[in-house]
This record gives sequence, structure tokens and C-alpha cells, in this order.
Amino acid sequence: MIVALIVMAVLVLVGAAVLVRRRRRAVPMLAPVAREAMPEVLVAEVAQRPVLVDETQFLESRLGSSRSIFDRVRTISSIGSLSQDQLDTVEEVLLRSDVGVATTAAILDDLRENGAPDGVAAAVRDALLASLGADRSVTTTAEPGRVPVWLFVGVNGVGKTTTIGKLAQRHVSEGRSVVLAAGDTFRAAASEQLQQWADRTGADIVRAAEGADPGSVVHDALGRAAARGADIVLADTAGRRANSTNLLDELSKIRRVADRDPGQVVETFMVLDATTGQNALSQAREFLAAASVTGIVLTKLDGTARGGIVVAIERELAIPVKFVGVGEGVGDLIVFDPKAFVDSLLDA
Amino acid sequence: MFDALSERFERLGSSLRSRGRLSDADLDEALQEVRSALLEADVELGVVRAFLDAVRERLSGEALNQSLSPGQQVIKAVHEQLVEVLGGSPLKVTYASRPPTVVLLAGLQGAGKTTAAAKLALWFKQQGRQPYLIAADLQRPAAVEQLRVLAGQIGVDVFSEPSDPVDVARKGLAEATRLGRDVVIIDTAGRLSIDEALMREVRDISDATSPHYTFLVIDAVTGQDAVFTARSFHETLELSGIIVTKLDYDARGGAVLSARGVVGRPVVFASTGEKLADFDLFHPDRMASRILGMGDVMTLIEQAERTMDASVVAESAGRMMSGTFTLDDFMAQLNQVRKMGSLGGLMKLMPGVTKEMRNAASNVDDGELNKIEAIIRSMTPRERGEPSVIDGSRRTRIARGSGTTVNAVNQLLKQFAEMRKMMKQMSGGGMPNLPGGMGRMAGLAARASAQRSEQLPPGFEALGAGMSAGGPVARGGGGKNKKKKGGRVTPPKQR
Ligand SMILES: Nc1nc2c(ncn2[C@@H]2O[C@H](COP(=O)(O)OP(=O)(O)O)[C@@H](O)[C@H]2O)c(=O)[nH]1
Ligand SMILES: [Mg+2]
Repeated sequence: MIVALIVMAVLVLVGAAVLVRRRRRAVPMLAPVAREAMPEVLVAEVAQRPVLVDETQFLESRLGSSRSIFDRVRTISSIGSLSQDQLDTVEEVLLRSDVGVATTAAILDDLRENGAPDGVAAAVRDALLASLGADRSVTTTAEPGRVPVWLFVGVNGVGKTTTIGKLAQRHVSEGRSVVLAAGDTFRAAASEQLQQWADRTGADIVRAAEGADPGSVVHDALGRAAARGADIVLADTAGRRANSTNLLDELSKIRRVADRDPGQVVETFMVLDATTGQNALSQAREFLAAASVTGIVLTKLDGTARGGIVVAIERELAIPVKFVGVGEGVGDLIVFDPKAFVDSLLDA
Repeated sequence: MFDALSERFERLGSSLRSRGRLSDADLDEALQEVRSALLEADVELGVVRAFLDAVRERLSGEALNQSLSPGQQVIKAVHEQLVEVLGGSPLKVTYASRPPTVVLLAGLQGAGKTTAAAKLALWFKQQGRQPYLIAADLQRPAAVEQLRVLAGQIGVDVFSEPSDPVDVARKGLAEATRLGRDVVIIDTAGRLSIDEALMREVRDISDATSPHYTFLVIDAVTGQDAVFTARSFHETLELSGIIVTKLDYDARGGAVLSARGVVGRPVVFASTGEKLADFDLFHPDRMASRILGMGDVMTLIEQAERTMDASVVAESAGRMMSGTFTLDDFMAQLNQVRKMGSLGGLMKLMPGVTKEMRNAASNVDDGELNKIEAIIRSMTPRERGEPSVIDGSRRTRIARGSGTTVNAVNQLLKQFAEMRKMMKQMSGGGMPNLPGGMGRMAGLAARASAQRSEQLPPGFEALGAGMSAGGPVARGGGGKNKKKKGGRVTPPKQR
């Protein structure tokens, strides 16, 4: 009954505020000041992100590139320590990539300490790569007799359903039979959306009416998968804000259902939109606690956002990024490559 | 987050306090803290810089205000500048003289356009209009279906067909005109600002329908990219305003400032929840407090004033202060508070609430509140006025009568007793010993409310407290921060 306490606290607050306000009513009001003119554009030209790497290539094409990264390093400084100017440039690059104030400061500290024997870009790259050293392997098999489940969680609109479509394609093309669980029973037409991905990829799907219990959808999908000897279940969930214990509890419940025989959750992916800023860190913290997240799928890296917040997430919470979304097509998913990612962070 | 900025100022406090007026060095140091706070709130770096310059100018231009401590002066300048940049007051939507008024929504994938379209339709409906929706997102699987379902819930018609988005928009508009609908809302597919083909497409939609309002829909959790996206869309579409979504997340929402800063158009609507009714005009002053992480006491108080029965509140609040609060008063207040909305929502408006409290509050559902009511209702009038008479057998009776457990009754009574004690403390001038910093908040709420017509914006005194020169701050005649009236932006283009 923490409830009572909360209610009382609210009462105290509201009561106090209203009471004081009433007493103040007597104060004569001054004539309203005329509204100032609308402010103009605050920043006419947003400064271009400064470049630490001198090539502007697409993340995807860079993945295929066999050239050594160090060939492409523009050496801003020679051997030795970094100037304040250089540190400022690095700070700007990192902040503009959403790496965040704290992580950026930590990386700058590393730089100050270690200097830049091979140039600033190389030093920053090393510092970033050192934060991205986690194991990124994915598990596709469960204990004998159980069906492996990949569960997808995240806030609204990040690309959970789309990612499932893309991964279904991947599994199918690797010869696995897939069952999709349309566990988003909340958003209008969400299961219809997943259905279309099932049709597109040839995956099997279990869905239920809007408002149905997501746990039972997952349960049914497991039953279906076990009966048909399917190789893997990909379970969608409704987008939920990460600051609601209710919604997170519901998620924990879904995960428990998915992890019950014959199912076994072998991966829980938090899907994260690359445009997300510092809130991503609290999303990761909450979803990790509620659903034991094992990896991140970073979507929309085909856009202009850098997704630098994953550096902070890996440093602080050790959740590895495993896949990257680079478009809306069924093939627009790649395995996360830290080097290519770091290059794209440092690149304009 | 609130604590982040206030703590920072507190750390600075001692040096600022000792001097009593702001030197350049003090200002640099204080602005450095503001910079970090803004960056942590996801305000874009270039916008942060321009912003800090503006604050610096504001402070150096202004004669030092004798009645404010240096810290308060900085905070006041920061808040005022935030409010100014965010747009002095909400946009007043006007309608085309020759209907329908056309509204075009655009934005990145997953920003929440489709939901916003339905919410906007509901909002117009509540304004007495007859909206019509056009589903021109033919890209994302089931997007049209999603809009149809949502529109069905609010009784609004949707036009779409599986052809081409520009055709859909054009035909939909013709259909709306034929049906005599006075507002048309066009939902479009999510697109990246660097996707030339899709940007051209949305431009074509715009050319084909000549919208009176073009809104960029932007997610409150967006990071540094907000400026890039906003500017690209503005260049392509000439935005008339911004709709910010997912403000119910715990993000500070600096993206709003970024987007506003680069396009110079107001944020018009804010979407604050999953329900279609969770949508309203945007309030810059409230957003300013939020970006600085200071809760939103004004909204809370306004909500209270709007929904609560003033005499009931005043009466029981009076007894609250005198320490003669009864369970009857409690129930009366509870009913008033319930009218204001969910406890979770209310907690979100309060500054300085811990996350635990917030989460706990957001989990309180009607069932639990009903249980509390049931327990109190099962008491005799005497028991309610004088809870100390409730002994063991009475507790058993009350539990049975209310369909709860003795344990629940015990807890309620215990907490009520504690609450009474706290109230006494508070009315005696001391801060009550509420858990989770609530005592501080109560004081804060009261003070913020008191300050309304004075120099400092709501919630600011606590921030400035760490920097204040000690002792009560004399406040001069105010009125400066009074709500600014008016504020209509971009009259509809004639079609
Ligand atoms: N450009 C781009 N768009 C994406 C990507 N992943 C998802 N999307 C789009 O983002 C929007 C939201 O995706 P959806 O899967 O419905 O998100 P959910 O709510 O998390 O299930 C859709 O318009 C998708 O097409 C990506 O990697 N790149
Ligand atoms: Mg989905």
C-alpha cells in the first residue's frame, strides 16, 4: 500500500500549492507586457560536423573495404600530446554524434593521458574501439528439445517489427524455418504489419486480435514451433516507454512465458533508433533490468544520425550492438562492425 | 536530472555567494554548467553555443538586479531565453477562409506521424471542426490500416487507395471538399532527409495540396540529429510548425529546442501518451522547465485549479495545516485529485520527484484507489474523524466490510497517522519529513506557486537557493514573467 503514501504526498503538494496560491490572489496584477516579436532562427547555419577521417563513404560500402583503416587516417597531429584545439575538435565530433557529455569527457581524458602517437584520428578511433570490445556473437540454438526464441523489445517506432522482418529473411536464407509471434497486440494494425513481413519472407506467423494477451500469443507461437519442428521463434512486442514499471513488468512476464519449456530465450534484442539521444541510456538500463537484454539492434543508420550513444551504452552497461539497420528493405540489415561504425562516427 | 543542474549550481554556489555579484569568471563557470545540462538534455551543440551567447548578452545588457542573487540571475536569464526561443506562447490555430484547412504531416520514420494524425483529428474535432484524414503513407506495411483503426476509434473518415502518395493526397483533398469537411490532415510516409527521391515526393504532395499548415513531427528523444532533420524538412517544405511526440518518455526533450532553434517556427502541439486524447497545444514555458529538468509546477497548479472544487480543497487544506485533518478530508481530497488525472501523470509534473516515486505512482491504478476508498467508507463517521479509536476488532470489521485485509487497513491507518504528523510539522514552519525528498518538493511547490507573479519562474528558487546570498531574497515588484498573451504565428496561406 505504497499507494496511500503516494496519494497523501500528492495531496500535500497540491494542497500546499493551491493554498499558497489562494493567499497570493490578493496581490494586484500588473498590466501584461506586450508580447515580444517572435525570435528569429537561433542558428542560421548549423556548423558542419568537423571531420577526423578524410573520406565520406557510406557505412555499408565501407564494410566491404579491405583497405587498412590506418591508411585513411588524416594525421592532424604528429607524435605527442594533443593541443586544446585538437581536443576541442574531438569533443565536438563526439558530442555531435550523441556520444554524450560523460563518455566524451572520459574519452578526452584517455586522449590526454595517452597522447596521439599516430595522429588524432587514430587515437580517437583506438579509444572508441576500446569501448566497443564486447563479444557480439549471436545464439541461434537452444538446449536439446527446446525452441530458441529471439525476443525484441524497445520504445515505440524504433523498428522492432521491421527488424524482425529482416531477420526472418536472414534466418530463412540460412535454411532455418521461422515462426513469428505477433506479440504487439497493442498498436493498431501491428500484427497486420508483421503479417506482411511473414508473407514477404515465407515465415510462419501466429497472431491474435488487438488487445489479446501478448504472453499467450508467444505461448501459442512456441506451441506451433514445437509441433512443426521450427528452428526459431522471433517474438515481437509492443513499443513501450521505459519509464513505466507497469509496462516493463508486462515485458518481464512475456519474457518468462517465452523462456518456459518448450521455449528458451537465447537472445533478447533491444531495438534502438540511431537518432535517439541521451535517453537511450536510460532505455537500455530499464530494458536490461526488465528483460535481460543480450544485444542491441541499432536501426536507421542509413540516415544522418550517428548513433554514438551506443558507445556510452557499451561502456556503462556492456550491452553489445549486434545488428545494424540501414534501410526499410528486407535486406537492409548488417552485422555490426565496430571499426566501420567508429569510422562513420569520426567521418563528416 | 533536476538534481543534476541544481547540484551543479550548488557546487558553484559557494564562490558565487561569497561575492554577491557576478564577475565574468563566475559567469563563465555558471554557463559551463548550463552548457553541460543542455547537452545532456540533447540540445544540439551549435544551438547550445548560440543559446549561451544569447544568455550572456542578456546578462551583460541587463543592469544587475539587486533583488536577485547572482545564481538566480543566471537561472532567470536561462529560463527566459529558453522560453523566448521555444516561442513565447502557444500558436493559435486559425482556419482558412475557404475550407478545407489543409494540414500536412512529415517526418522521419517512427517519429509518430500516424498516431499524431489521428490525435490531431481528434483535437480538431474537439474544436468543433469536421476533420478528414488522408493516409498517404503507402510505404510502411499496414500504415494505412493503422490510421483506419485509429480513425475508427474517433469517428473520423479516412481516404486512401493503393496508388501513389501524390495521387492519394490530391484525390483525398477533392473528396474532403466534396464532403464539405473543413479540416484535412495528410499523413505521409516516414522519410530520411537525405533520401532525395522521397523528399521530392513529399514536396510533390505539398505542391498538389497547398497545405495551410505543414508540421514536422519530431520525437522528443531525438538527439543531435534534430537540427539536421528539421532544417532539411524546412528547406523542402517550408514548415509552419513542429509537433513533438513521446513527451511522456522521461527524455528532457532538448531536440525541441534544437529544431525550434534552426527553423524559427514554433512548436505547436505536443503528444504526451498512448491514448488519442493525450495531445494538446504546446506550452513553451513548461518545456523550458523540463529541458532544465525542473518539473512543471505551473501545469500542476493550473490543472488543480481547473478541476478541483476550490472550496473543498481550501477547507481541507486549512485543516491540513492546522493538523486536524480527518479521513473524511482525506477522502474528499482524494476525490479531487482523482479528477485531475492519473497519479502517475501528476507526479511527472512535480519537480524533484525520484524515479522510484514516479514509477510507483504510475502504477497506482483505479483498483487500488478504490480499495482505499472502500476501506474509508467502511468506517463509521466517528472512526473517520478520530482514527485513534479504531481498535483490533474494528479493524477486522472494516477489512471485512471493504473486502480487503486487516493488513491493508493497518497500513492505511499507519500512513495516515504519519501523514498527519508531517502536516503538523509543515504548518509549524518546518519541512515535513516526507520520503524521497517529497518534503523539499512540497515546499518547492508552495514557493513556486507563490512566486508566480514575481521575478523567478516556477521551481527556480530551489535551483538558485544554492547560490543565493543567504537569508530571504527580497523580491521587487514583478509582473515581468506574466503570461504573454496573443501569439499567432504564420497566418494561413491563401490558396
Ligand atoms: N530508414 C530506415 N527506416 C527504418 C529502419 N528500420 C525501421 N525503419 C522504419 O521505421 C518505422 C518504424 O518501424 P517499425 O518496425 O514499425 O517500428 P516498431 O514500432 O518498433 O515496430 C517504419 O517506417 C520502418 O520502415 C532502418 O534501418 N532505416
Ligand atoms: Mg512494431
